[in-house]
Formats: sequence, structure tokens, C-alpha cells
Amino acid sequence: MKIKLTLNGKATTADVPANHLLSDFLRDHMRLTGTHVGCDTSQCGACTILLDGKPVKSCSLLVVQVDGCAITTIEGLADGDRLHPMQQAFKDHHGLQCGYCTPGMVMTALGIVDRHGLRLDEDLIARELDGNLCRCTGYRNIIKAVKAGAEAMNEGK
Amino acid sequence: MKAGSLDEALGALKSDQGATLIAGGMTLIPVLKQRMADPTRLVDISGLDELKGTSVDGGDLVIGAMTTHAEVHASELVREKCPALADLAGMIGDPAVRNRGTLGGALAVSDPAADYPAAVLGLNAIIKTDRREITSDDYFIDLFETALEEGEIILELRFPLPGSASYIKLSQPASRFAIAGVFVARFKDAVRVAVTGVGPCAFRFLEAEKKLTAEFSIDVLQGLEISDIEVNSDIHAGVDYRARMVQTLTVRAVEALIGQ
Repeated sequence: MKIKLTLNGKATTADVPANHLLSDFLRDHMRLTGTHVGCDTSQCGACTILLDGKPVKSCSLLVVQVDGCAITTIEGLADGDRLHPMQQAFKDHHGLQCGYCTPGMVMTALGIVDRHGLRLDEDLIARELDGNLCRCTGYRNIIKAVKAGAEAMNEGK
Repeated sequence: MKAGSLDEALGALKSDQGATLIAGGMTLIPVLKQRMADPTRLVDISGLDELKGTSVDGGDLVIGAMTTHAEVHASELVREKCPALADLAGMIGDPAVRNRGTLGGALAVSDPAADYPAAVLGLNAIIKTDRREITSDDYFIDLFETALEEGEIILELRFPLPGSASYIKLSQPASRFAIAGVFVARFKDAVRVAVTGVGPCAFRFLEAEKKLTAEFSIDVLQGLEISDIEVNSDIHAGVDYRARMVQTLTVRAVEALIGQ
């Protein structure tokens, strides 16, 4: 099936099998391997991307469902060599260890900012990270990173 | 295929008996991955604007079938008219799941551990489809079985507004499905108590309704048990525990309403 979408700001067309998942399309077809597949059962959140600005799990969507939509992946955030403030905050606050869950965490964090603004309290962040699993960090530094990332986005406005 | 209109979706279902509707896909896609369903065609109705949105009509809160859980949770109208329903929508799954999952999709599936069925039954909602209106008491039949016919599409839900309502849920921490969930709605002339997670589908806790309608207090619930329900049992909770949780959660929901 032929589809059209806006992928990280660029108009994109593709001919895709009707049964392919969005995560497979991004990774295998578009070679955007920053979107990770952890559990493949919509529990872990590693595959989270933004669909029309809202975080969703790309392993639980067929690529044909996003025909006509705008998709942002982790590769779409940085401005050249300059990391997005949320990415930079994860780096500065050591919000990762192995890094596998990180792209999904960053995309989910942008959703939190979108829904709750740029001044976030830690309890709220912890609650909102309900759908993103990390097996390394114990979440402390992730929560700190999301809070700092939101504040940096506020300063950068 | 992406349906461009309701008529197109109905036509596609009629012309192909193996076709299935897809809304947010939060149940169907995992089911397809496990090869537990094999539709010849998927008819995507999630883009139909005519099935989205919230409004008030004749004293009822009306929510379109393709309204997502995130939209219901964030809706100021739902928050004002029935805060318990807005709260419940925010307890489903996680934020990314709530951005896709829809009210109509959740009801069409009728998962025994889903949250919405408790609200639909507790609030005595009307399920409006392309061909009729179904009362909540007639809708939930058995495990994953509802009154919906082949090719029938849910258009909207009409929720009568209670004086007050509360939903309390014991959540399974990984899936966030309800191990048990109780929705208590206090209407002018009656109290309704609906339970999810415990039986093959949502059901009413009639013994509690009777007592609470006569006197709205925690005391009347002491020692009360559900009867005539085949209680679910799995690795998360056995039969006795689940059955016991119904009374406990009903007490907590009533406590929350008395404390308001």
C-alpha cells in the first residue's frame, strides 16, 4: 500500500506491506534505528514516538494507520550537532545506563511537557512515566533529567 | 483501509464477512501479533470526526465512540459533569496507550478487566450504534461477548449524570488492568454499583445497590458478598481474594463519596 507521511519534518512517501508495524517501518525501511523495540507487547515504551505530537507506542500501530500523519522519532529532535534540551538533560543528569529505553523516555518526556507544561514536580513525572520501563537506573536520574529538560526548554523559549 | 465515512465503514463490513473494525488498535494489534485473530481486512474508523467529541444533550453526557481515553481524561466538560469518569479514563493503561485507545473500542472488546465497562454499567449508560440503542444492562453478556451484532458499529455513549460517583480500582502494576474495580454512582432515586475485573464481564453488585439505596453508609456493607458470579482467578489474585476485594473497594468508593 502506498502511504504519505511527514517524518521528522520531511514529506515522505513509501510503498509498504499492509501488515507491517510502524516500528518495523521506521527501523527496517527508513533505517531510523533510534526507535527501539523492547517488549513488542506495548508494555515497555522503548518504541515510543510522537504521532501528530502525541506519544504513542510504535510497536502497536500498523504503518498504514499513520498514513497522512506527522511522525517524530528521536532522530528528529536534535538541531544538527546540538542536542534537544531534553536529550541534553538526559546526558547531563546521567538519565541512562545502557540507553536502550532512553529514546522512548525522551519522547514520553516531551509528551509530559506538552500536557503539563514546563514546570514539573517529581511525583507527577514518576506517575507519567508509568508506561516506560527502565531496567538499569531505578528511575531517579530519569526523573531528574525530565525535570531539568523541561526547565531548559523553558529557558530556551 | 481507512474509512472516510461511517457509510463506507458499514459497507466494507457488509461486503466482506472476514473484515474487522480497528479503532486505536490497543487490543487488536497485540491480538493480531499473537495470531489470535485472522481478519481478511481491517477497517480503520479512528479517523471519523463524526464519532469524536464530548457534549451535553438533554441532561446526558454524550461521548463519541472514537474519543480517546486521553481526550476524555483531559476534557473540561467531562471533569465538570462527571469527574469520576474523567478520573477513570486517566487510570487506563499508560499515557501512550491512552493517546490511542478509544471508548468505543474498549466497549466493543469488553475485556473482563477493562475499566470503562464499570462506568458504563454504573452510570446506566446507553450504547448508541448505527442501528439501535442498547441499555448497559443488556450490553455485557459474557467473556468478550456483548450484545453487538456482526458489522454493528458503536457511535456514541450517553451517560446519565449522577449526583456523585466514584471509581476505585486495584490495578495490576504491569498491565494496569483492573484486578478488581468498583464504580459507585449515586443518583437521586437509586445507587448503582458496577464491578469489573472480577467476573467474565462487568456486572452489578445488586446486594450493595439495595442496601445503599436504602441507606448510604459504610455500615450497611458489612459482610456483604457478591453472589451468582463465576469469579476470575489468575496468577495475580485467586477467587476468594477477588471476591473479597469487591466489598472492600465498594466500601472505599462509598467512603470517598461520603467524605466529599
